[in-house]
Order: sequence, then C-alpha cells, then structure tokens
Amino acid sequence: MTQQLASTPPSRPRRVLPTGEREQQVLDRIERARRRRPKLREERITMSHGAGGKATHTLIEAIFLDAFRNPLLEPLEDAARLPMKGVGEAGGATVALTTDSFVVSPLFFPGGNIGDLAVNGTVNDLAVAGATPMYLSAGFILEEGFPVADLTRIAESMRDAAAAAGVAVVTGDTKVVEKGKADGCYINTAGVGAVAAGVDLGVANARPGDKILVSGPIGDHGVTIMLARGELDIEADVESDTAPLAELVASLLGAVPGVRALRDATRGGVATILNEIAKAADVGVLISENAIPVRDQVRGAAELLGIDPLYVACEGRLVAVVDGDQAAQALAALRAHPLGAQAAIIGEVTAEPVGLVTIKTAFGGTRIVDLLVGDPLPRIC
Amino acid sequence: MRFVDEFRDADKAHALAARIAALCEPGRQYKLMEVCGGHTHTIYKHGLEDYLPESITLVHGPGCPVCVIPMGRVDDAIHLASQPDVIMTSFGDMMRVPGSNGAFFDANARGTTIKMVYSPLDSLKIALANPDKRVVFMAIGFETTAPSTAMTVLRARAQGIKNFSVFCNHVTIIPAIKAILDSPDLRLDGFIGPGHVSTVIGCRPYEFIARSYGKPVVVAGFEPLDILQSIYMLMLQLHEGRSEVENQYARVVPWNGNPVALKAIGETMELRPYFEWRGLGFISHSALKMREACADFDAELLFDVPGVRVADPKACQCGEVLKGVLKPWECKVFGTACTPETPIGTCMVSPEGACAAYYNYGRLNRQRVPEAISIEPSRP
Repeated sequence: MTQQLASTPPSRPRRVLPTGEREQQVLDRIERARRRRPKLREERITMSHGAGGKATHTLIEAIFLDAFRNPLLEPLEDAARLPMKGVGEAGGATVALTTDSFVVSPLFFPGGNIGDLAVNGTVNDLAVAGATPMYLSAGFILEEGFPVADLTRIAESMRDAAAAAGVAVVTGDTKVVEKGKADGCYINTAGVGAVAAGVDLGVANARPGDKILVSGPIGDHGVTIMLARGELDIEADVESDTAPLAELVASLLGAVPGVRALRDATRGGVATILNEIAKAADVGVLISENAIPVRDQVRGAAELLGIDPLYVACEGRLVAVVDGDQAAQALAALRAHPLGAQAAIIGEVTAEPVGLVTIKTAFGGTRIVDLLVGDPLPRIC
Repeated sequence: MRFVDEFRDADKAHALAARIAALCEPGRQYKLMEVCGGHTHTIYKHGLEDYLPESITLVHGPGCPVCVIPMGRVDDAIHLASQPDVIMTSFGDMMRVPGSNGAFFDANARGTTIKMVYSPLDSLKIALANPDKRVVFMAIGFETTAPSTAMTVLRARAQGIKNFSVFCNHVTIIPAIKAILDSPDLRLDGFIGPGHVSTVIGCRPYEFIARSYGKPVVVAGFEPLDILQSIYMLMLQLHEGRSEVENQYARVVPWNGNPVALKAIGETMELRPYFEWRGLGFISHSALKMREACADFDAELLFDVPGVRVADPKACQCGEVLKGVLKPWECKVFGTACTPETPIGTCMVSPEGACAAYYNYGRLNRQRVPEAISIEPSRP
C-alpha cells in the first residue's frame, strides 16, 4: 500500500480531466498493477489458495514457479511436453507428463467417486494437451480406520475408468496416516501420454477471430458435489459429468486442423480458462451468456446459492479455441461424439480489450468475467 | 428458467430504456441512489448501465451488510472465536472482511474454527452435534436477516440449547438513509428503495424521505428489469414533480411489512443507543442488540468482548463510497493497493460492495468492447 502511494509523483500540477478520461486512467493503472508479478502476502495457507482462482495463481507463481522455474514448466499448461533423447526426433511423437491430486468430499457422489475422478482428471489433462494418454501412477494417502470396502469400490472404479480411457495404472504408492490426520482417502495420479508430431496446443496460440467452444453443459460436477454434502437442503436431479475426454479430443483434432488450444474446465470453471486465454495470448475474450449451455437444475441451484455457473467446476467438459473459419466444423465434430452432443460456440477472441474477458449478458448488458476470488466451493476434486 | 428469465428479458429492457430516455429533460443531470448492495450487484452483473442515458447516474448506497461492519467488530469476533472450545459460525461474505489482524480466513489458518453457514439455523445443528463446544453465531445484516437470527434464538430457547449464542451486529437501514440525506456532500434526486429490507419493515418507514426531504422513493426488486422499471418510476415522479413512496416490488413487499418477522425481532432484540458504522462513524439508534430476556444467548454478555475501536486504514475511502460521494474508482487505492484478493476496505470484499461489484464486473471501457458478438446462439 505504501509503495503504491509513494510511487505517485509528489508535486506535479494536477490537470482536471473529464470523468471518462479520469476513469480510463484508473483502469490503465489497474491493468498495470495486475500485470505486476504477484506477491504472496498471506503468512499462512488459507482455503482460497486451493480454490483455483486468483489466490491459487498467485501461490503457484510466487512459490512454485519461482522455485522450479524452467522452460517446460513456465507455460503452466495442463501437461508438460518433455524433450527426450531418442524420442520425438525425426518427426516422431513426444512425451507429455501431468499430475493431479484428489481430495474431494464426499468421496462418493451421484455420477462417480474419487476413484474415477482421479483417473479421468489426469487422463483429461493429458488429452487436452493433445496427448494420447497411456500410463498412470496412483498414490493413496489413507486415514487409519478407513473402510476396506470403500477402498475396494474406489479401486474398482479406477480400474473401470482406466479401461474406458484406454490407460493402464502401472505404478503406485500407499501411505497410511493416524486417524484425524487426513479425511478418509486422498489420491494422487500422474499420467504419461504421447503427443503426435505436429500437434502444438496452448492458450498462448489464441488470436483475434478465433471462436471459443465448450463441449457440453457446464457446472454439473461442482453443483453435484455441493448438493451431495447435504448441507444446503436443496435437492436437484443432477450428477457429476466426470468422463474421459481423450476420444472426444482425438476426434476433434482429427477433423479440425485449426484447433489452437484445449483445456478441461475443472477448478475455477470455464471463466478461469477464458482468463488464462486472455492473459497468455494478450487478447480479449468476448462471450455471450445466451450461448452458454447450462442445465436448468445447475442454473437454479447456482442462482439460489449466489454463484455463477461460469466458475463452477466440470470434470468432463473441455473448452476449445478454434480458428474462426473452422468453428462450424469443430462444433460438428464435437457434437458427433456422445460426450460433446450438447457442445456450443460460446464466444470469440477479440483484439481488444487486451487481457480481459467480457460477457454480453442475457439481459443485454456488458460486464467483465474476472478470475474467481475466494472459495465458495472447497474440495470439489 | 421460470421466475428468472422473464425478469431478464432484453426486449422489455430496450422498451423501458426508451421510455426512461424520453423522460430526461435536456441539460438536467439525475442522481439516483440504489440504497441496497444487492441492487448494486445486479446492476453490474447484468450490465444494466448500458441501458441508461448519460444524464442518469446511479449512486451506490450504504445497504451492504458486510461493508458497514467496522474493523473493531471483526477483531472482537476473532477474539471470541479464539476462546477455548468456541466454534464461530458466520455467513460466507464475512470470511474475508479484514480486521486489524487479518480476516476470518486468516484467523482459521492460525487455529480458530469459524465455519461458513447459509442460515443461522445451521448453527443450532452444529451446537447440537458438538455439545462440548460453545457455538457463537456472528450475526450481521439489516432487517432482512435479523428475523432469521431472532427465530434461531427463539428456537434455541424452545429446544433448551445452552451452548449457542449470538454476537449481534444487526443494523437498521433508516438511520443510515437519514445520515445520507443530512450529509452536505451529496445531492440526490431519488432513491431506489431496498427490496429485501422492505419485505420485513414495509414501505411506510420511507415516507419521511418523500414528505420531509421531497425525494421520491421506489422500493425495487432484485432482477435487472425490476431495477430498470423502478428507475422509470422515479423518473416519471421527477418528471411530474411528485415525491412519493411507490412499491415496484409488490409481488414480494407488503406495504405494512411482515408483522411476524417484526414481532420476532421485537421479542429478542432492542435498539442500541449507538453503533459504529464503517466509514460513517457512530450513528445513534442504528443497530440492534439482544434483549435482556435473551441474555443467555448474548455472546457480548457470556464472553469478555474487548470492544476496542479500531480506526479504518488511512488510505481507505469506504465511507465516502458508502455515502455515494465517491465512485469506487475515485478512491485513491482502488484496484491497486485494494483489490478483491487483498482488500483494504469492506466495499471491496462483499459481492454487494460497490467497489467489488465495479472491480469484478464493471472495470472496462465499454467503447473498447465490440458492439455485437458475431455468433448465433448455438445452444442445442
């Protein structure tokens, strides 16, 4: 705070500007402030740091990126692409690696459990990097007293999800902690996949004129988990959308050469991904509220809870940035697959305003869609 | 979706906007205050200002329950939560409100247990499930939420629940409106009246605004068309030279309020002689405390509350924003030192706070956004 004030020139004669110009000056100043390297101010970790919004970004950039900085990590994509001697040379495939931890509460919920979530989450992180998922690791942290029957159910779900995604769990680890030191069962998975030659996906590739698509209704998973906790006395006929996206991605990439980037819309929801696009590619993103598919049950629950479905996690939906000329083709390719049957074009990449996501509301107004602050939905994955 | 989409109809909005524009007298500027933070949120979330002519300015008022809680009360709450065996419960909005040593989130990271609840009644469930703990509900809000606190206390008494109490921070809206009307800094033309508060207190308490101050009041609902229609009703009153209290939100707000809710408040709470409002200072008879008959549920009596007054940070201009004297972006620290993730003032914390609403939704130069989006709605 004091730094801010001190950096203002002390005694320049002040020109009185008309309101519009003064407001624009403030907006410019804010954009400069937002572009500065984020600084972690908290002395301790709070739940916000795990919510996938601004605090998570700050934590990753200030602590982890700072400590581990290297060119493979820096793009902060869902999976890293690894140069390896003898692999990927002479036009062959390269290797993609990703990892993800799962702490969802409750462990079992309509549409799935922590087990299929752990497999699908990692499979999807590979798929949206353009990789064919191949091998997974699975690490378990179990709490003393956890029922073996539940663990069996979880393992069976993982087996089935792995089979459906065409991957094998080839290595693993198990730790048990004292009662009260964990909440039942946490799972970490890591995955390895192969990226075909010539595939180069990344949100930094987005350019003005591109279209933005989602592969189906958004927010199902997050709302399901929230209702499954039973704290809200709301019931709705909605279940998690957890699903492996590798096949859907393969058919999209096969049909449309102009796919620039793919992301699976997990924590932080679609809004977070759109912000990552705007920031990474120095472009604007403009979406239309009327075009975004949201189930009525999800919209209703979100409306009651005062949350925006754009920020609610999905576990089986992807966001695609596609060359504008090939958007119709991409839409058709997505809709041809059962997991993309309700895909929609929701917006476009624009030249201005740089770094901002804006939405045309159903009411007919315009507003910003910013990164999420705070944590309305802890431990959804 | 029924009961939502019909109040967000863009065609009806265009028609209303044209009628509003037609009522503007050339050369005259209009300043209308939406008292309630819920309205501020709707206005920004739906981009409602796109429909208003430049001569109409919406001024954001003090009706944001979280925004008016002074730092000292946040510190007091954290002190309460730090007592042995205490579980504090609070609405989610409160979790990030900064005290002099951090917010509830930070206190939890240091070891307190402050849980988010959606209803005060959830606190009773927690109290029953944890008989060896003392559950303290951090009660905030205007007359909108006071009845649910009152009902919770009445239920706790009926069920004989002994390990539950209320840290009461309920405030009342009329003294705040009066403080604004008496403030020399601001000239307003009319008020968009708070809809939720009015479901409890009705429309009569606003009559002095129309009668003594000559300003029209229209009690409004919370969907964007509600607000646009109430702006039209205010403009019509101004055009016809009337100043009356009108009820746009008649589908929910009874003219005389909700007698059951008022009775519950009256049974459990009474006015404090004075209460500190963040940025506005002490306002007499502007807040509620537990009645003596409910002393068993009054955390301020059951615990030792320090009650230390903490001055707002110097740079923070929340008071000026709450009074509508400054627009959010006119505050010196807006968006640079004070942002939603690192708020200095409360207006940047609550989704109903004017600064948070402007920062999260309104922070853009509309001229730089393409007029139309070139996609056909492709929703299957």
